Amino acid sequence: MSGAFSVVGERLPRVDAMDQTMGKTQYVDDMTLPGMLVGRHLTSIHAHARILSIDTSRAEALVGVHAVITGADLPITYGILPISQDEHALAVGRVRYVGEPVAAVAAINPEIAEQALALIDVSYEPLDEVVTLEQALETDHPMLHGDGLGQNVHRSAALEFGDVEEGFARADYVREDVFFFGGNTHAALETHVALASYSQTGKLTLWSSTQVPHYVHRTLEKVLELPAGRIRVIATAIGGGFGGKTDPFSHELTAAKLSMVTGRPVKINLSREEVFYAHRGRHPVLMWVKTGFENNGQITSMHFKTFLDGGAYSSYGVASLYYTGALQTTTYRIPNYRFEGLRVFTNKPPCGPKRGHGTPQPRFGLECHLDKAAADLGLDPVTIRQVNAVEPFSTTVNHLRITSCALVECIDKVVEASDFTVKRGRLPSGRGVGLAVGAYMSGAGLPIYFNDMPQSEVQIKIDRGGGVTVYSMATDIGQGSTTMLATVVAEALGLEPRDINMVIADTDLTPVDLGSYSSRVTFMAGNAAVTAGAKIRSRVVQAVADELGVDPAQVVTKGGRVGVSGDLDRCVTWAEAVRLAIAATGPLVESGGYTAPKLAGTFRGAGVGISPAYSYSACVVEVDCAADTGLVKVERVWLAHDIGRALNPLLTEGQVEGGVYMGLGEALYEEHTFRGGLHRGPSLLDYKIPTALDMPPVETFLVESDDPEGPLGAKEVGQGPLLPVIPAVANAIHDALGVRIDEVPITPQKIVAALRNVSRGRPGRIGPETIPDFEFSRLTRVEPPEGFVTP
Amino acid sequence: MTIRLPAFDYLTPETLEDAAAALADPDRSVIIVAGGTDVVPKMKRRQMTPEVLVSLSKIESLRGIRRDDEGRCVLGASTTLAEIHGSSLVPEVFASAAGDVASPQIRNTATLGGNLSLDTRCNYIDMSDSWRQASGYCLKDGGDTCWVAPRSNKCWAISSSDLATVALALGGSVKLTSVRGERMVPVEELYNNDGIAYSTQAPDEILVELVLPKDCGRATYQKLRRRGSIDFPLLGVAAVVSFDDAGVCASARIVVGAVASAPLRATEAEEFVVGRSFTKEVLEEAGRLATQSVRPQDNTDTGSRYRKWMVPVFVEQALRAVADTSE
Amino acid sequence: MADHILDFDVNGENRRLLVTDQRTLLEVLREDLVLTGTKHGCDVGECGACTVLVDDRPVLSCLVIARQVEGSSVRTVEGLAIDGAPDLLQEAFAELGAAQCGYCTPGMLLSARALLDDNPEPTTDEIREGLAGNLCRCTGYIKIFEAVELAASRDHDR
Repeated sequence: MSGAFSVVGERLPRVDAMDQTMGKTQYVDDMTLPGMLVGRHLTSIHAHARILSIDTSRAEALVGVHAVITGADLPITYGILPISQDEHALAVGRVRYVGEPVAAVAAINPEIAEQALALIDVSYEPLDEVVTLEQALETDHPMLHGDGLGQNVHRSAALEFGDVEEGFARADYVREDVFFFGGNTHAALETHVALASYSQTGKLTLWSSTQVPHYVHRTLEKVLELPAGRIRVIATAIGGGFGGKTDPFSHELTAAKLSMVTGRPVKINLSREEVFYAHRGRHPVLMWVKTGFENNGQITSMHFKTFLDGGAYSSYGVASLYYTGALQTTTYRIPNYRFEGLRVFTNKPPCGPKRGHGTPQPRFGLECHLDKAAADLGLDPVTIRQVNAVEPFSTTVNHLRITSCALVECIDKVVEASDFTVKRGRLPSGRGVGLAVGAYMSGAGLPIYFNDMPQSEVQIKIDRGGGVTVYSMATDIGQGSTTMLATVVAEALGLEPRDINMVIADTDLTPVDLGSYSSRVTFMAGNAAVTAGAKIRSRVVQAVADELGVDPAQVVTKGGRVGVSGDLDRCVTWAEAVRLAIAATGPLVESGGYTAPKLAGTFRGAGVGISPAYSYSACVVEVDCAADTGLVKVERVWLAHDIGRALNPLLTEGQVEGGVYMGLGEALYEEHTFRGGLHRGPSLLDYKIPTALDMPPVETFLVESDDPEGPLGAKEVGQGPLLPVIPAVANAIHDALGVRIDEVPITPQKIVAALRNVSRGRPGRIGPETIPDFEFSRLTRVEPPEGFVTP
Repeated sequence: MTIRLPAFDYLTPETLEDAAAALADPDRSVIIVAGGTDVVPKMKRRQMTPEVLVSLSKIESLRGIRRDDEGRCVLGASTTLAEIHGSSLVPEVFASAAGDVASPQIRNTATLGGNLSLDTRCNYIDMSDSWRQASGYCLKDGGDTCWVAPRSNKCWAISSSDLATVALALGGSVKLTSVRGERMVPVEELYNNDGIAYSTQAPDEILVELVLPKDCGRATYQKLRRRGSIDFPLLGVAAVVSFDDAGVCASARIVVGAVASAPLRATEAEEFVVGRSFTKEVLEEAGRLATQSVRPQDNTDTGSRYRKWMVPVFVEQALRAVADTSE
Repeated sequence: MADHILDFDVNGENRRLLVTDQRTLLEVLREDLVLTGTKHGCDVGECGACTVLVDDRPVLSCLVIARQVEGSSVRTVEGLAIDGAPDLLQEAFAELGAAQCGYCTPGMLLSARALLDDNPEPTTDEIREGLAGNLCRCTGYIKIFEAVELAASRDHDR
């Protein structure tokens, strides 16, 4: 199909690739401004304590210190979600995790800044620490938010679609399982950095390694009480995000405040350890799933419970909570579905969105659960997934609209390429294969704060010399969004992506895009760019048609020329065409916007999980496990991804490979672990992100289902491919050794422990046995959507 | 670059004598720095704040590998791990262990002397100052409790040097020098099983060279770590054995590293295997015996139980590896 | 704690500057010489982002006390191109998508350069070994391996 395109579908490099490899790309920390000061945070050494007093006078007296601020200087709360504004830039009255910023200094150099921190006297009264899910559900600990003792429940959810009990009643077979998914973090190579400069004219400029300049803009407006028009946020090149730079952060606010106080630019560069505390990573989730099946494997009913350990603040938590229940139905037809979930506060760094936001945990549980059920039903892992696979252009019981869907094709691809059916159960002991699938949103259907404005706007301005400049606030966190935008515009105008000038992620210069999260940029900014590009194209084509005296329908834009289709002599250069258009119709400036269709149901929580389109992935992993050491070597990964259309296969493959990498890290190596409230290893030595020696070959298959609403048919690829990797590893280890590790990460210790259990006649399983006895209240019963067909 | 080094004076003596004299300064805290890959992170984390660093980098005599008249391998303390890894003069087991330390970049900087003198490690101390404040300073850090074993009055920080384990198994010796003179110390006597006083080297002594015996027998080093690179060993087992013509073990040195504050010889296992052929049962028993003498603690990046389980596995694996080469 | 004159070569040019004893090579490169192509991700030798070549060998500049490189020759990503022509690795990395966020790229390129100088036709396993001290969080390393292979093959053809 890509034959219909000229640059779409080509394996072109990123438009900024040579800057990157020549070392010219500018990240925030590569910038210096005249008179710039160094900012640092003093962080809490208590997981939970009342702040009795803070005395900054000794620090202020130190020569070279320009300012010291505390929570009193930034009293206004904020938070990414309008419903949970519970954060302070610097702790006010109480600290809730080790590493929470308490005070900030600005000094002439890092050495003096560090000395100043040591001179700030904070007097704490330690409080009872709440560090586990169990403790959070007890009633005799202090509440993290609020006064007195009580349960630390942040939010709970209870939804039922259809009639779950009826579904279980007609099942031939019902199975329950409990799983745990350990918390982990993004660990982007670039630490978080912000540089603020407040001018004499009262204008604040903030350069930040943020995925969401628009939300940072709004937060600065609120907390600093400056008019939005006096604030400019620029997201510079970003050294990796993965969701870790998707909240407004303390250092963005303190750098800005310190610049306002000192009148000098202030840069704050979080240390690697501080990044571990800023966190917003994967929630630890304990989960329970009960599913009814017919003998042929068809699901009759499912009940899913999740318990999220949220850390100290809300962040995206309400959304994270609902995400743990929302997308199970996007891969399998579940006629009756109940979701109950709970998020608690604990005295640990706040969790939030990491690649897959709230969905890798239940996906892990669900895909392992299905394999177990299949075994009991005498079915193979392929069949049980095929039998239940959702169909394109259908609606799920929980009111999610499915459009293009190539789930079955994805399964077929990886099963065939990996020889899964031949290998499964037949490889020598210690070797095994596992299969799993997943689906993810191409952008959240709703913006984070309620509004009816477009979720993405793109402008295109054409210079009289033919130069094309695209303006978008979409942030390129390495996923290639800038190249994607250049590609769709180049396609429309018959140019090359490298011909397009890109102005991105600057609130003064670029129209709003909500940011790089929820895999929304290709779909939303891409569609906005397609619209803007089409408007420019049509004006140029009309002008050229008029000039040549032909019907505009005959005019094509290709190879830097605009002319008559099939008649190469009758054309003008792009630059001439542009001048004709400007002469005929005035300034050649157009914009496009994208607003997702109204998809949300009316029930509470209906806003989470809706998306204009879902990507689909299937994955087979082959492992070689040493039974004596429990060490797992991943031999190879096959991953097929329904991307709608691969606008640039080189870059999209890179997203798949990166997703596989991150999934393998989560499956086998990475975990945020704590002793009490203290992080056990906030460093890249203790937190094990895989090295070049730990990465297997990956075979990627891009499946193009041509989504009817996607930009040129495209859907997301940044997050979805991670999802099936983790359960595929677990399923492969089961095939290899016969043990079930129902807990992520699957460490060598757990594998050996499971095998030791087997040798003692006990079940070869490691994982949680039970879930807390929590009474979920207010089950909201929702009728399946109109026209929902029970399989 | 948020984390900076504390202030210090950096001295670059050109002779060993000058270095020894600088190290003997009674008025200031002085330490030796070679590659700096251990010292610099520790100083950045304020685990140590010496007033003076004496660099060995200008002392040419400390560099290089040679065979002496008796055929022994003599390795200068400033030889980098990469140089050791690439040298054909070095016993293969030692060269290969050097090639498994940390990462390529670190091996290009880190030196033999630095690795043999590696400070003991613990995940209660190899942390930033604010982390340690949050945890409470431990015994090794001037506090009064070892957080690994709060009821213990000793520090349980771990010897994490791969090369110490191998050098001990090979029966190597080191030459130490100071203003008081020079002495040879068997590697076996270089370490104490104490996380604080882990070395018998005096503070004013400089490790000059390592001497490895001419004949190393059949030797192997088996290292356990989570990732293929960068990580310190969670466990390292070195075995050096010889067999008689009948395939019976004539001598054995088995050393278990990274489970205590010093590399430990598994003497019971050694005694057991000598005089026996390496049957499956013998190897299993050797593994069991080796495990009895070690008590891994929960102070690395994996659980102590797992490391304890892995000791017999790795001892067996090591003995199997040396037995195989005799086939 | 005094200032010393540090005399060394950076990217083929002799540089002399005053440094304090506690300054690291990374700080000198990024702050004193404004060679910001060299990145930092941990400051303590655990990520490889600050990799530069000292006398042709990759080292972690965050762990190198600047005065250690007195008399040495240092090469950073800015010095990989020769007479403005990008290194084969720089082209291959760009062409094959070996850089996503680009943050590990400079360090990765220098490790790769040293590898190819040492071993012009490395196997994939040798490439993995050579890059094992450079963490990348985006790519899963696969396109990086491919780019090194491509650069090696082009070098061979040349």
